Amino acid sequence: MDELRAFAGQPLFGIALTISAYVAALWLNGKRSWVHPLFATTGSLIALLLVCGIPYDAYREGGDLITFFLGPTTVALAVPLYKAIRTMRRHLKAVVVGVLAGSAAGIASSAFLVWLMGGTRELLLSMLPKSVTSPIAIELAGQLGGSPQLAGVFTVLTGLIGSMFGPAMLRLLRIRSDLAIGAAVGTSAHGIGTGRLVRESEVQAGISSMAMSLAGIVTSLLCIPIYAWL
Amino acid sequence: MKGFAILLLFNLAGLAGHHLLHVPLPGNVLGMLLLLLCLLAGWVKLAWIETAAQFLLKHMLLFFAPTIVGVIAYFTEIGRQWLPIVANLFVSTAVVLALTGWVTGRLAREEEAGGTHG
Repeated sequence: MDELRAFAGQPLFGIALTISAYVAALWLNGKRSWVHPLFATTGSLIALLLVCGIPYDAYREGGDLITFFLGPTTVALAVPLYKAIRTMRRHLKAVVVGVLAGSAAGIASSAFLVWLMGGTRELLLSMLPKSVTSPIAIELAGQLGGSPQLAGVFTVLTGLIGSMFGPAMLRLLRIRSDLAIGAAVGTSAHGIGTGRLVRESEVQAGISSMAMSLAGIVTSLLCIPIYAWL
Repeated sequence: MKGFAILLLFNLAGLAGHHLLHVPLPGNVLGMLLLLLCLLAGWVKLAWIETAAQFLLKHMLLFFAPTIVGVIAYFTEIGRQWLPIVANLFVSTAVVLALTGWVTGRLAREEEAGGTHG
């Protein structure tokens, strides 16, 4: 067991495994377009770690090196954002008001649902900022008295769910403009939602990047009165 | 490689803004906004960074994978309150999606209509 732990603790293990799972997931997504690449990647990795009894801490040695690339990639979102700014400048008010309404509704519905279903106070506070990018959500949850670790978990799960079902749900609601789709996915599912739009439409991805930043700012501001009230 | 270096430097500048100047935005997001400003001002040319940016963006979902795998460390904690958690993740996310999309779409259409008259 110690040998397995030491082997899996090599950074190469996590990197090789994650990239292979991702390539396989992309292939599967090409065959069956409803398979979300990130869901397939993480689902297969989780199953493998659990079945082989490999601790997450060992996998993480390599995993963290992949996570590192989120930094420059988020910065790179400035490119689609720059290209979309013409579309957005004409409708800046629509995007700002949309993000504001969505973020406020996210906080309110989140609090209401946890309360309704009998969740604890700590859970409620950890779930409030779940729609914003994880570094902001972790910070906000900590300030409010929730659990930063859980907030991080809820944020990525929210992102995954929004990324998987968001575009289809918006189609069903007959919300079709690039502006509205980008704003909705960026506000609800931050970088993970944006990461999906990047694969489909550069304009939507640019608007989504803007919405994601705005949602982070707006949600931080909305949490100030909540913090004062608590 | 030049593009990659520029992206890393903006990331670093964002991180510096967050840690040293205490701007309340994560270094990544701050770096993105700084790069946007420099692109708009013409200080950074799109051609310098486009290849590197497109490569990273194409595989953005990959870079989230290890963090999501990390959810396994919280399985027992999530299991204890799974109902409010699952309900919240799905319902509240759907509310945000629908409301943001609806409000933005509607206001944009009104602005379009207003624009043709004015």
